[in-house]
Amino acid sequence: MCQVEEEYSGPLEKTSLPTVSKKCMKCKESTAVLIIRVGDAFCRDCFREYFVHKFRAMLGKNRVIFPGEKVLLAVSGGPASSSMLTQVQEGLSRDAPKKLRFAPGIIYIDEGGACDQNAEEREKTLSQMEAIFRKTGFPYHIVSLEQVFSLPNSVLEPVSCGPERPGSSYKAAVDQYLQQKEVNQRQGQLATEEAQDAVAHLSVQASQVSPEHKQALEKLFSSLKTLTARQDMLQTLRQHLILHTARLNGYSKVMMGDSCTRLAIRLLSNISLGRGASLAVDTGFSDPRYGDVVIVRPMRDYSSKEIAFYNRLFGVRSLFISGLGTKTSNKASIQQLTESFVIKLQADFPSTVSTIYRTSEKLHTACPPQTSGAVAADKCLLCLCAVCNKAGKSQHQHYHFYYKHFVDAASASHASLISERLSRGELGMEAKIDPASCCPSGTLDPFSCQREGQGCGEGGSCTAARAPAPADLKSLLCYSCRLTVEDMAAEDTLPPYITSEAEKRWNSMSRLRANPAAPFTRAESQNNRIDTEAHTWAPRCRDKGR
Amino acid sequence: MITSCSQGSIMAVPIAIHLEFGGGAELLFDGVKDHHVTLPSQSEPWDMKQLLVWIRGNLLKERPELFVQGDSVRPGILVLINDADWELMGELEYQLQDQDNVVFISTLHGG
Repeated sequence: MCQVEEEYSGPLEKTSLPTVSKKCMKCKESTAVLIIRVGDAFCRDCFREYFVHKFRAMLGKNRVIFPGEKVLLAVSGGPASSSMLTQVQEGLSRDAPKKLRFAPGIIYIDEGGACDQNAEEREKTLSQMEAIFRKTGFPYHIVSLEQVFSLPNSVLEPVSCGPERPGSSYKAAVDQYLQQKEVNQRQGQLATEEAQDAVAHLSVQASQVSPEHKQALEKLFSSLKTLTARQDMLQTLRQHLILHTARLNGYSKVMMGDSCTRLAIRLLSNISLGRGASLAVDTGFSDPRYGDVVIVRPMRDYSSKEIAFYNRLFGVRSLFISGLGTKTSNKASIQQLTESFVIKLQADFPSTVSTIYRTSEKLHTACPPQTSGAVAADKCLLCLCAVCNKAGKSQHQHYHFYYKHFVDAASASHASLISERLSRGELGMEAKIDPASCCPSGTLDPFSCQREGQGCGEGGSCTAARAPAPADLKSLLCYSCRLTVEDMAAEDTLPPYITSEAEKRWNSMSRLRANPAAPFTRAESQNNRIDTEAHTWAPRCRDKGR
Repeated sequence: MITSCSQGSIMAVPIAIHLEFGGGAELLFDGVKDHHVTLPSQSEPWDMKQLLVWIRGNLLKERPELFVQGDSVRPGILVLINDADWELMGELEYQLQDQDNVVFISTLHGG
């Protein structure tokens, strides 16, 4: 692969450069101004039409946004999200029957604290962004990253998703909305709506950042040793802030401005980071993992070239804000490396990004039944992706005798914990423990005690008889989040909502461990039965079932 | 002495070019997005390849590898000549004319 340029430069030589201006492939009249994809030349007007149409088509094809719904637009100031904002504005303003019909709000997260920006730069950026937002007329929320230190635990609590809205009801919902609107107009209710909007504008400013939070954020990011971990942590915290703001203000959908190029890069870097299990939701059109708030990505069909051209040709204002990866070398982090790899490959093989994109479209999760209610142990504490923690179908009857531990002996994540301890030479100690004296339940199953990841293994003593051990955060995380946390010099720099939610979950697991005979709550036992069907993508778990 | 040439008559006159940098590329140029420059006159017409060499030598303040790679721009940086894709104009072989507008937009770390 590294030799691509040398080997293939011959056959890939571009055909003779156009001496006569190329004509637009669509209208065949005007001169083309840009080439997108592999060789499609568009003139200015046809390109605009194509761009605008694609946005509507994306929303129309995936009928997840219902009329009148409150949608939060996550704008970072960069080209893709600014373009998305413009498209939403344009779509809402049209008088055609096909106009978009939802109630947008904007969220902007000031990440200057993590990226070492000084106060002056942050102020300047904020005021520029505010000016842009005010022009749109939508309610906006400016949140600083430091506010993660005042988030409540409830952000991480899994929520079961709202009632399923089947596709057929979409048309009905649209009709109903249109009828209602007519009635409202006649009764002059438009005025009150506008007044409400105006009020919404007033109270959305984030309060001044407190110096303790600022310091805490700096400590958090400086305790992460690698840029990879820092970028991953930033992404996680950003998602939590957006989620919290959406919930607080009643938004049921969040629109992210991820472009096709960015998602292709994310797909590959997520695989490298160990997030293979959640690829479909991380790069797909909709991400339902949070339950009540659904993340959608309407820009996922646009390459970054199309977006940059559109912004330039049609005057979309965007800011460049330095991030964690700015001006770093190609190899500074996994994400950077993947970006430079994909972009470089794209330069020589223009169908790279679209191929990756098409592949990602084929990924689907075997969706766990949402109606079963969320079990906390099933989701990673940080990224809230589903974690393979349960064994197979045949296990469930024996579950409460042997496998009351949240990390099941036969699951994939348990296996990785074992191999980790093995390589550190810690497992030898556990083998010497007398299983009978160790486990409070008196079960003599050596499998459950010796192989057990956290409870009995830690320090070689059983936690049941003593005060509960401090929460082992890593055991509550998926593989990838665990790697990020392992990169931290000090786990206590994490924001309080993470550490206290970890304590809570750990304690409830300890309770289970201490009381093996205690019957599950009805919800938990129902979940066990249903969830064993869920992890169809990890056949290894099932096969090991006994 | 009149030399007949197929390129036209603008050969020995300095060329005024308007350069713009966006999408983060301006960071490498002290944060300045707009540059009005005059390219010194030379016997052959200026082309994009030479322009890049000139930019690297005269305007670029730091980290040249983040802007140019080999003969061309780093992958991920879009080039527009008079608001049109440079791929349609011949990329590196395009010959610059007086008052041309060349825009470099970086699409890396996009938002």
